[in-house]
Amino acid sequence: MMEIMEGSHAVAEIVKYCRPQVIAAYPITPQTHIVEALAQMVANCEIDAEYITVESEFSALSACLGASAAGSRVYSATTSQGLALMFEVCFNVAGMRQPVVMSIANRSLGAPLSIWNDQQDSISLRDSGWIQLYAEDNQEAADLHLIAYRVCEDHSVLLPAFVCFDGFILSHTYEPVDMPTQEEVDGYLPPFVPYQRLDAKDPLSMGMYATPEYYMEFRYEIDRAMQRAKQVLVRAGTEFSEQFGRDYTGLVEGYRLDGADTALVAMGSICGTVKDAVDEMRDAGKKVGLLKIRTFRPFPAPEIADALRDVGTVAVLDKNISLGNSGAVGTEVKAALYGSGIRVLDYIIGLGGRDVRKEDIAKIVDLAEKGEGDMFYGLRTEVL
Amino acid sequence: MRELRIHGRGGQGSVTAAELIAVAAFESGVYAQAFPAFGVERRGAPVQAFVRFSDRKIRLRSQVYSPDYVIVQDRTLIGDVNVFQGLKDGGIAVINTEMAPDFGVPAHVQVITLDATSIALEVLGVPITNTTLMGAFAAASGEIEFSALEKALRQRFPGVMADRNVEAARRAYGMVGGAA
Repeated sequence: MMEIMEGSHAVAEIVKYCRPQVIAAYPITPQTHIVEALAQMVANCEIDAEYITVESEFSALSACLGASAAGSRVYSATTSQGLALMFEVCFNVAGMRQPVVMSIANRSLGAPLSIWNDQQDSISLRDSGWIQLYAEDNQEAADLHLIAYRVCEDHSVLLPAFVCFDGFILSHTYEPVDMPTQEEVDGYLPPFVPYQRLDAKDPLSMGMYATPEYYMEFRYEIDRAMQRAKQVLVRAGTEFSEQFGRDYTGLVEGYRLDGADTALVAMGSICGTVKDAVDEMRDAGKKVGLLKIRTFRPFPAPEIADALRDVGTVAVLDKNISLGNSGAVGTEVKAALYGSGIRVLDYIIGLGGRDVRKEDIAKIVDLAEKGEGDMFYGLRTEVL
Repeated sequence: MRELRIHGRGGQGSVTAAELIAVAAFESGVYAQAFPAFGVERRGAPVQAFVRFSDRKIRLRSQVYSPDYVIVQDRTLIGDVNVFQGLKDGGIAVINTEMAPDFGVPAHVQVITLDATSIALEVLGVPITNTTLMGAFAAASGEIEFSALEKALRQRFPGVMADRNVEAARRAYGMVGGAA
């Protein structure tokens, strides 16, 4: 049913319908309303889950890891510095192949202290072995949780996932969301069946010591699982589309790319603003389109190359900066298009909550068409 | 697409007003999006919140720069903050003040003033004017039906509190020219 609600509450509601058995979270800044709403639902017996409040994000994810290893469907949410504090545990969760799903309300990292949005937090964990999905709006933020659990718990994948949605821009925004019923979610997401679990009657160890004779093979297996996750994401997305009528069949999504000379590439809520800007530019006769990257890990390089094969210029919008190089998405799109002859330019935008308007998108397209890029866009030179 | 910017001070319920106006607009059958000017909200500090209304799904995520409407909860903000900034030609400003407008109003702006503080004090017993001003906004803009506003208020507030807030909104709605 269509309802109007805050992004954080839409996520909390959908997580409830996913029937998590253990939720562990650190409830203090940086955090969102998601875990507050879930705590209330657990207290009201709306969810049959163990809710573990802990003293740090490190402990929150550690509790999730243990509960997942014991065979529970688990959930957590964090952002920014909270995710940074989970860094070590993130690698352990992926390495122990636990299908933990965690919402990331993307925010920037200090210093300087900033509570505002960019995607530096999750991007900084791109190599940790977590699937990373990025939502354009609150509907997608909700829907991707269902898909994430389906994919992560698939026995050919067994990896954790971040469902990323822009902090404040989505998390604190009220807008209509089509919320499924419990029955509909149950019809899509079956109960978690662990591949193996900690059991005192049948002991096993996870996360053991791996000597140089074995360590590389473990890493290789995680990478293979990540590669397999692509087709599982497509399958889960296709089944989602069939059941709910919203299209998640692709790892990337093209918007008005037919006949486009210039393509913008972006992730997250900025895609909405870009779509409006593309419509205005198309009306003015400019041949522009958008490629939205929904799945950043596993990285859909062949799908991106295929979607962009007919364009001349690509402008990548990066809400992150790999300091000393360039934006992470731009770097990877360049690699995906290597040898194609397509010109790819990168633009660092919207860091620390800097607003991005339709006019900015049009200006970036102008810059890209002149071949000017690989730059921070919109710097206030007067304060430099 | 039409846009609303709400000016207030921390503690006056500007963010709540934006949310409830969006809920009421949604109940009235249009797409709506409400969001605060993200910041570290402190009691008394100038704050802003925004609402967008559209007949189509709203994809735009930037802040509001050229609103069709503004609501000013506290006239002492005028001067410190340019509450009319970017307001469109023919735009409507709903301002809480007990006085005749004694501030510079741009020629292209339609100003509606009302003493929302007195209404709120009388009906609610506290000088929290957000729900009163929502009633005035509903009548001035025609963006939301009063029945939808009432529904949104009753969803948010329990029992007597809901009755009182609906009454405050109804009085303002009537004063500005609607028949609730």
